[in-house]
Amino acid sequence: MLYREAGQFKTTYAADQQLFPIRQDRIGLIALLAVAFLGVPMFASEYWFSAILIPFLIFSLAALGLNILTGYAGQLSLGTAAFMAVGAYAAYNFQLRVEGIPILVSFICAGLTAAGVGILFGLPSLRIKGFYLAVATLAAQFFIVWCLTKFPWLSNNSSSGVISAHNIEILGYAFNTPRDKYLLVLAIVVLLALAAKNMVRSTTGRAWMAVRDMDVAASVIGIRLMRTKLLAFAVSSFYCGVAGALYAYCYLGSVEPDGFSLDMSFRILFMVIIGGVGSILGSFLGAAFILLLPIFLDILLPFFAGLFGLPFSSATVSHIQIMVFGALIMFFLIVEPHGLARLWQIAKEKLRLWPFPH
Amino acid sequence: MKKVFKPAVAAAAVSLALIAPQTFAADQFFPIPSYRVGAYGANGQAFYGGFIDYLNYVNLKEKGVNGVNLTWEECETEYNNAKGVECYERLKGKAKESAGPIHTMSTGISYALIDKSAQDKLPLAMMGYGRTDAVDGSVFPYAFPLVTTYQMQASAIVKFIKDKNGGNLAGKKIVYLYHDSAYGKEAIIAMEAEASLNKFTLVQIPVAHPGNEQNAQWLKIRQEKPDYVVFWGWGVMNQTALKAAQKVGFPRDKMIGSWWTGSEEDVIPAGDAAKGYMAATWNVAGKQVPVIADIEKVVYGAGKGNLQDKGKIGTVLYNRGVSAAVLSVEAIRKGQEKYGKGKPLNGEQMRWALENLNITEARLKQVGATDLLPEIKTSCDNHEGSGKVKIQQWDGAKWVPVSGWIEGNKALIHPLFQASAKQYAKEKGITPRDCSKEK
Repeated sequence: MLYREAGQFKTTYAADQQLFPIRQDRIGLIALLAVAFLGVPMFASEYWFSAILIPFLIFSLAALGLNILTGYAGQLSLGTAAFMAVGAYAAYNFQLRVEGIPILVSFICAGLTAAGVGILFGLPSLRIKGFYLAVATLAAQFFIVWCLTKFPWLSNNSSSGVISAHNIEILGYAFNTPRDKYLLVLAIVVLLALAAKNMVRSTTGRAWMAVRDMDVAASVIGIRLMRTKLLAFAVSSFYCGVAGALYAYCYLGSVEPDGFSLDMSFRILFMVIIGGVGSILGSFLGAAFILLLPIFLDILLPFFAGLFGLPFSSATVSHIQIMVFGALIMFFLIVEPHGLARLWQIAKEKLRLWPFPH
Repeated sequence: MKKVFKPAVAAAAVSLALIAPQTFAADQFFPIPSYRVGAYGANGQAFYGGFIDYLNYVNLKEKGVNGVNLTWEECETEYNNAKGVECYERLKGKAKESAGPIHTMSTGISYALIDKSAQDKLPLAMMGYGRTDAVDGSVFPYAFPLVTTYQMQASAIVKFIKDKNGGNLAGKKIVYLYHDSAYGKEAIIAMEAEASLNKFTLVQIPVAHPGNEQNAQWLKIRQEKPDYVVFWGWGVMNQTALKAAQKVGFPRDKMIGSWWTGSEEDVIPAGDAAKGYMAATWNVAGKQVPVIADIEKVVYGAGKGNLQDKGKIGTVLYNRGVSAAVLSVEAIRKGQEKYGKGKPLNGEQMRWALENLNITEARLKQVGATDLLPEIKTSCDNHEGSGKVKIQQWDGAKWVPVSGWIEGNKALIHPLFQASAKQYAKEKGITPRDCSKEK
């Protein structure tokens, strides 16, 4: 009933082709953004900002980057964390070595550097596919981390290889508090997500999906495979690079190469799989699931343990949390292999017909 | 019925305390981001077990510090930086009124917290790890690499070797075999400085993580024919190195490791190959230390012990946890002298206390920690406070100290810290405090 489209007539091409063609979606999105930009900053505590919201947004962005590559262009990659590392270290070096460079320009440059590296490691995709490509991108994961440890110049000769992020200042305003950082990250993520949403329905996005579905057919209808695949790698790495820069500057404050491990790449891949392969919304849902559920269980379990009088130590809670988390991942994959985004889509379909399903 | 009911109520109370923490006015709260699961869980269990056992011991034996009961809450970090930050943020809210020093036992987490903790005015203790240039307290007011640092340790090891060689190392050759990570690389700068000062040849050989394959490295060591191998390993790399040394016939008593290579977990798996191997430590192992024996009696006697595996009592890492707790409790005593006895300290007061520690041999004897750790005297420009280590040797069954407390070459190493801290201050736009004005 709430979700009925009856009466929404499209009289122009612009109205028909807009990003969110259903009015309820538009209202929902605007409400969500209003809550995120205005409501949350007023009520959230520091813990929420720096332990939950900021990492959630940053990992959503990284998952979005991987989703462009894997979900839309069909190229499996295991190097996401490495591209984030490139972004983080590039932002640091631009900020350090270019006198007076604005931080946002550094972030963009970081993204571009990561895009360049991404293209380099995307080259094998022209010859190999699927799991073999995943193995090739694994090389990126190890090579980049090795490289950042090996060459001290990249970490400004820090004896330990750890870099420590500079203060963030935009137009004379210092982004010191978690709330400021949250708003900055939110603005960047919203911009990039809208850009991605637009991109995937443009010529580029359609070309990616054509390549994903069958690259021989795509090349027969005139899509240049090399350009399309490398562009997917570039755009994906750009997103990951910016996510990496934000990870260093707005979340942890200091990072070391070993922090961007294969483990992190896998986590981001799981976010994409759980959230929904080939869905912008899925990236956010997946990040929320993988990142927030463990924290939620962490806080909830001791409470339940208390109710039933079980003597739980923090280690037991951690073990149980891992088990419950694993079980939930399996549950969701069995119930809905297409991810959380698909669940939302089904719900939407049903709501449109409700209360008179035919 | 009654029996079931009681623990239920207690646990419910605990869980309520977790959700809505209310530290009473006279409680001193310790936020503890610990790890007991994951790859390094075994290390964490021993360390945090010792730490909490000592806090319990003080509560049981003396009813807290001048009547201030010690409380704490643990949060599992799994040695993961992001989780560590999450834990810190979670515990931070509960540490507003009273906060003991935060021990993370992880270099990565310490690095991630160093700016945040200064902003939140919570003292961060990094005993034997972490950002070592925080020794310079003028730039890092809230970070305390207490007792000693990697660089001072490397310097102390060189001094030990030098003493063994009649005070002269000229023309000798020392191999520095290290874990190729932030941890392994920290000490290089000190080894290089020592090499140029003492005119020995330094050969650096990195081992890639995790280090369970070292044939190439030990082949190189055999070619180089060094007089000593100084060894900076971690985890599985340690036992592998010992076995590899046995294979190429390098004498183990010419191998000296850092304090993360010198626990029981490192040598027992290497079996016979570990016999004679030496490692540095800033705390001795064993139950002969009075306070350790007393903890076993008082805390475990009362059934309040933290360890499930009592066999860990008296191991190097357990004793390290106790020594960390001894320092923290002594700092609380010091702080209460200034800010009022019987009152808990907040983060800022705790910071002052940690900066003005003066734990003498006599005081250590009073708390039963003679020889557990060295004397410590901190100040604004020296957050380290000691810089001393002991060398211990594995005799096949236990660690035996083979030296007294050896201090690294402070005149050589501390200027390196100051230079590094200065660079950090410049990068971050921090104006260092003037230490001469601090009281």
